[in-house]
Amino acid sequence: MQPSDSTKRRIGKLELFITFSRITLSSFGGALFWARRAIVEHRGWLTEREFAECLTVGQLLPGPNVLNLTVLVGYRFGGWSGAAVSVLGYLGWPFLVVIGMGMLYQRFGALPEVQLALGGMSKVAAGLLLATVIKLAMVLQRKLRPWLFCVLAFGAVGVLRWPLIWVVVALAPCAVFLSWKAKD
Amino acid sequence: MNQIDLTAIFFHFMALWFVAVGGPSAILPDIHRYVVDVQHLLSNREFAEIYTLAQAAPGPNVMYTTLIGWYLAGWQGALATTIPLLIPATTLTLTVSHFIERYPDAPILRAIRRGLTPITVGLMFAGASVLMRTVSHDWRGYLTTVLTAAIVLRLTCNPLWLLAGGAILGIVGIL
Repeated sequence: MQPSDSTKRRIGKLELFITFSRITLSSFGGALFWARRAIVEHRGWLTEREFAECLTVGQLLPGPNVLNLTVLVGYRFGGWSGAAVSVLGYLGWPFLVVIGMGMLYQRFGALPEVQLALGGMSKVAAGLLLATVIKLAMVLQRKLRPWLFCVLAFGAVGVLRWPLIWVVVALAPCAVFLSWKAKD
Repeated sequence: MNQIDLTAIFFHFMALWFVAVGGPSAILPDIHRYVVDVQHLLSNREFAEIYTLAQAAPGPNVMYTTLIGWYLAGWQGALATTIPLLIPATTLTLTVSHFIERYPDAPILRAIRRGLTPITVGLMFAGASVLMRTVSHDWRGYLTTVLTAAIVLRLTCNPLWLLAGGAILGIVGIL
């Protein structure tokens, strides 16, 4: 059981496509749980540690974490075309489903019952996001600097509503540089 | 509806994805700012309803961006807001992963991770707060949001049940 065992394997395009289709179609409220279950537990493509490493890369980079993970896993086991079919499986179905919901919304969205139901659901949806963020905030170090950057990012984008691009371009290099100098 | 500049939307979304540390929730405030406040393409209510619909569908929560595009301009609109998200995921992810495989212990990677995480959390908090203000008009809305978060943090339950509960509370007129 060497850690590099799985890097040598090739996995068929169809299998990649089917696996990522199943992950995405079972994902309600966060795909990560299902991705780990399919890739590590059911298929055994990656060990627990390799999965964690791929996820770290996905989190380090901009974009949706699990999509980045999908690209990495697809590429690792099937090259460029493997990455392409994996992404197609992962995004293709939700793309069609969400547009189907959009069609229903255009047709029935003006009904008072639908408006009331969506109004109630939207407060819950905001709560689901709030819970995700609180969970993430728990892992921040209990030090001044990380919380300072957290508050600056929140204030600039959430309160002052400045454009995200300029906020990230200004804050990210400072944060990385200070973290590098402090060697933490 | 024909006046929508899909090219501008495409490039705005693509630029956002290149700085989207923290994923789809981190860019929510800027998408709201751009589509609702700057371009006036959607009302607050439409934005809230589109986001909610996408959360109720299977798949990653990034799909709300696809639905915004579709709602604005049909299939072309959906592609204009979806394709930009693939570009950093393929180019940056594959380039950087080669570097990481070669130098897994490079101190710069550790500095990047440690440095960016607080910004990620701050941006996602901004996403949650913008969404709360978009969906709620009174204390009952805020209370529901906070209670939902508390339930999710305390118990492990399927979010679909909570969404269904919210729909029922909405229909009976409590929310």
